[in-house]
Amino acid sequence: MMGLEIGILGGIAVALLGIAVLLGAARLVLGPTVADRVVAADILTIITTAALVWLALVQDSAIVLDIALVFGALSFVGVVAIARALEKRS
Amino acid sequence: MTVIGDIFLLVGAVFLCLAALGMVRMPDVFNRIQTGTKGSTLGALSVLIGVFFHHPDWWAKLVVLAVFVLVTSPVGSSIIARAALATGLRPWHQAEDEETV
Repeated sequence: MMGLEIGILGGIAVALLGIAVLLGAARLVLGPTVADRVVAADILTIITTAALVWLALVQDSAIVLDIALVFGALSFVGVVAIARALEKRS
Repeated sequence: MTVIGDIFLLVGAVFLCLAALGMVRMPDVFNRIQTGTKGSTLGALSVLIGVFFHHPDWWAKLVVLAVFVLVTSPVGSSIIARAALATGLRPWHQAEDEETV
């Protein structure tokens, strides 16, 4: 069992990140246009990247930083691909 | 050092939460791009600085991540805004809108 000692400040930070993910997911579901959903996905991936960096700190392993970098690169490529497809289609 | 890192982590989480709140509250795609990109960039950079105060020996990967966030976030928002403009969306004006928030 891996010990996760985050403390009171870490608990508040996790709660804030969870609220942020819920709000972003609400816009992802509700968004009236495709561009709204793409923006919501972009913000959610940035929040997830920050959460992965924080997870690297909690688990005390630098490998998770590499995972965060690859995740950010792939999400950026995905957002650019969707936006270009949206622009070409119109 | 650890206390400073905790404060930076908390500030970063607050700004990420505010960016997501702006995504819900703002009336328009362009406003959402504005608030979301700026708030999330500042929040992610603050989280990176906080992790740096906890683990100064991870500075190389943290600098790479910070430069990556600083480069890709404006480029992504610009591309989304151009695509939204190309699909026919126009910026929101308060005078045209009957039900103001």
